[in-house]
Amino acid sequence: MTPTDSKTAPDATPAYISMLRMLWRDKFAFVAAVFLLIVIFFAIFGPMLLEEVATKQNLRGRNAPSFDFSRPWVYWLGADALGRPLLARIIVAAQNTIMVAAGAVFCSLTIGTCLGLIAGYTSRLPSQIIMRLADIIMSFPSLLLAVLVLYMLPPSVFNLVIVLAITRLPVYLRTARAEVLEVRERMFVQAAIVMGASGSRIVFRHILPVILPTVLTIATLDFALVVLVESSLSFLGIGIQPPEITWGLMVSQGRPYLTSAWWLSFWPGLAIVLTTLSLNLLSNWMRTALDPVQRWRLEMRRKKNG
Amino acid sequence: MADHLLEVRGLSVDFHTAQGTVHAVRDVHWHLDRGECLAILGESGSGKSVSASAIMNLIDCPPGEIVSGEILFDGRDLLKMSNEDRRQLNGKRIAMIFQDPLSHLNPVYKVGWQIEEIMTAHGTPRDQARARCLELLERVGIPDFANKVDAYPHQFSGGQRQRLMIAMALALKPDILIADEPTTALDVTVQAQILALLDELQQETGMGLLLITHDLGVVAEVADRVVVMNSGQIVETGSASDVYANPRHPYTKKLIGAVPGSGEITAPLDTGITPILEINGLTKHFGAFVALDNASLTVLPGETVAVVGESGSGKSTLAKTLLRLEDATSGEALWQGRDLVTMPPKELFALRRDIQMVFQDPTQSLNPRMTVYDIVSEGFAIHPEILPKAQWKDRVRGLLDQVGLEAGHMHRYPHQFSGGQRQRIAIARALALEPKLIVCDEAVSALDVSIQAQVIDLLTGLQDALGLSYLFIAHDLPLVRDFAHRVVVMQGGRIVEQGPVAQIFDAPRMEYTRNLMAASLHPDPAVQAERRRVRLAMQEAS
Repeated sequence: MTPTDSKTAPDATPAYISMLRMLWRDKFAFVAAVFLLIVIFFAIFGPMLLEEVATKQNLRGRNAPSFDFSRPWVYWLGADALGRPLLARIIVAAQNTIMVAAGAVFCSLTIGTCLGLIAGYTSRLPSQIIMRLADIIMSFPSLLLAVLVLYMLPPSVFNLVIVLAITRLPVYLRTARAEVLEVRERMFVQAAIVMGASGSRIVFRHILPVILPTVLTIATLDFALVVLVESSLSFLGIGIQPPEITWGLMVSQGRPYLTSAWWLSFWPGLAIVLTTLSLNLLSNWMRTALDPVQRWRLEMRRKKNG
Repeated sequence: MADHLLEVRGLSVDFHTAQGTVHAVRDVHWHLDRGECLAILGESGSGKSVSASAIMNLIDCPPGEIVSGEILFDGRDLLKMSNEDRRQLNGKRIAMIFQDPLSHLNPVYKVGWQIEEIMTAHGTPRDQARARCLELLERVGIPDFANKVDAYPHQFSGGQRQRLMIAMALALKPDILIADEPTTALDVTVQAQILALLDELQQETGMGLLLITHDLGVVAEVADRVVVMNSGQIVETGSASDVYANPRHPYTKKLIGAVPGSGEITAPLDTGITPILEINGLTKHFGAFVALDNASLTVLPGETVAVVGESGSGKSTLAKTLLRLEDATSGEALWQGRDLVTMPPKELFALRRDIQMVFQDPTQSLNPRMTVYDIVSEGFAIHPEILPKAQWKDRVRGLLDQVGLEAGHMHRYPHQFSGGQRQRIAIARALALEPKLIVCDEAVSALDVSIQAQVIDLLTGLQDALGLSYLFIAHDLPLVRDFAHRVVVMQGGRIVEQGPVAQIFDAPRMEYTRNLMAASLHPDPAVQAERRRVRLAMQEAS
């Protein structure tokens, strides 16, 4: 490997500005980030602004088709089986959807990775216990587990998050552990031991940064999966219950009308796809931007463009 | 013009990389005759392998691009031939062996099958291929070859694997054998055997041998002519002895000057001083395998003790046990009177400051996600009593300065430095803790000769300035001769001989040490010829 010249010394600019600059170089990631910001905005303020419109039934406008621009803008994507405006519902549903999916993914990511680090770095016994636990969760059909738990607990966003987090836990746990087992044998970890670094320092300072990109990539892929699992739970009547709405629930509510009114399922489905896609693009960018060895790919485009 | 077997004329190859176009080789001319051994000598990044890759059609285009030139083989230009025609030549008329035989043998096939495959791929019937395969295995010196033909690659030692590669290359009686650093991964004694084998085979078959190497000793041992390359260009060509005796180009002079083994021998230190480290009967078992057997040695303050031996002799295990990366089975290691082996974690933590380690491969021993500043200052974060945080930056600056790096580069990442610079970072990291003893585990073996000399100079300078002791683990004997005060020779986990450098090198008592000395290569072809004579005499005597 040749030493790269860094005329663009990172010392000069603060980290967040150079990060933003790198985001601007990757146009796909930039668009993705903007889209996600919009989604987050709707998730926070959507119910506050449009709750009333979204729940107002209008039986004369049942299954109103999309792109009827003569009606108010909330009806531009059409209306559902009870004549409620789809666009408004998608915006309002963003809150529950993001809360459940992001909450579940975040919980399983954090807990799974931590357990994986422990299992990978500590001695036999704790590692064995954690791994067998993961085996049990994995060997149990995740939907069945969710059904059992939610049968006992009242369906609420919080419980849903917990159940989904538990079922997705083993993926992160196993990945993290496998990576730790490899990384801990690397020479720089040994060098840290020789310096007298404590276990937590080695794990968080040396090992975690190396495995983080992998688990983050899994997390973005998992996001879509969690949204869909949530919708099937809602469909079974043990997830989010109407009149509360989520994108997944909207997809399944539209299913009976798929042949006559495709837009009922299509638009919320598109919202799920776009959100996941954006997350993927952004995580892809992040993996490159956070890796000092790969970062030049983003910095180089700068030179070419300007 | 077809008087040479192989001729490279005006070859230029570019690589289009993200950082811009790299001129890998520029306007290179050389030729190889039948029955001749030509060595291409150069350091990493000199482009020495590129022309061989071009001959074998191994350059990926893109990113590579052959800009100009021709490669004449039997009067035909290889670069103008179709890929299919070249495939017919590769393996059959031009064969190649590589540095790391393990990665070029498929682990899931039996070696016999792999050797036969070369022949069947070029149209030999299977039964004839088997017969030829057995013949080859016998010729390259695989013991018990009739049974070993059905063994898998992992069942062979490194030297045997290289022999297998040679057998594979010779299967179709090629006119040219290209050997790319064939012995770099091997021990000195094995290296000598492999080179001797190549030499014999060349004389038997009359093929042309193209040897790509960074080691002047290898050139001295086998090459008739040598081509010296530096940053993509040929700086000097001539017969091996001529180039060594009268180097004309400054780069060649520098290269020959940097070769260790010709300097003054350091006189041993006065033994009256109390040793800083005293190892008594240190033993380490891995299951039934004894990696370290009853090793005893001492290190004085300000002394360099070299530990030499072949791979598997237990030198690295010694270092690891000493640093408590592995727990010793028995024995003691007294550090200023306190036993390291049984020390409780708290005391050990304080003591970590005194004993530091520099690892073999700086690419792996530096965390790729940390900046140089983070790497060097980590010691201060772990041992906060060394320095208040406000002074970290100044001290890191000072340390980088001390190891000959630009202090302004402290916010760069390790991959932005060259191999030698990275090893300097690793040394700065060790120095940050103000140690008294630094264990260098093959700390310079991954570096080019000239860089090696610089790092050794740095280590010597630091020893003079700071009174450091080194436990210097190495397999390169000439290097040890120049650098160490005392030498410890290890074999099979046991220390077989130890003493001052002069005694070990001039009057080795043990057979093993003598073999080790005889096998090490000297860059002067005349000296090397003499050594070979002695070595052969020793072989006949035994």
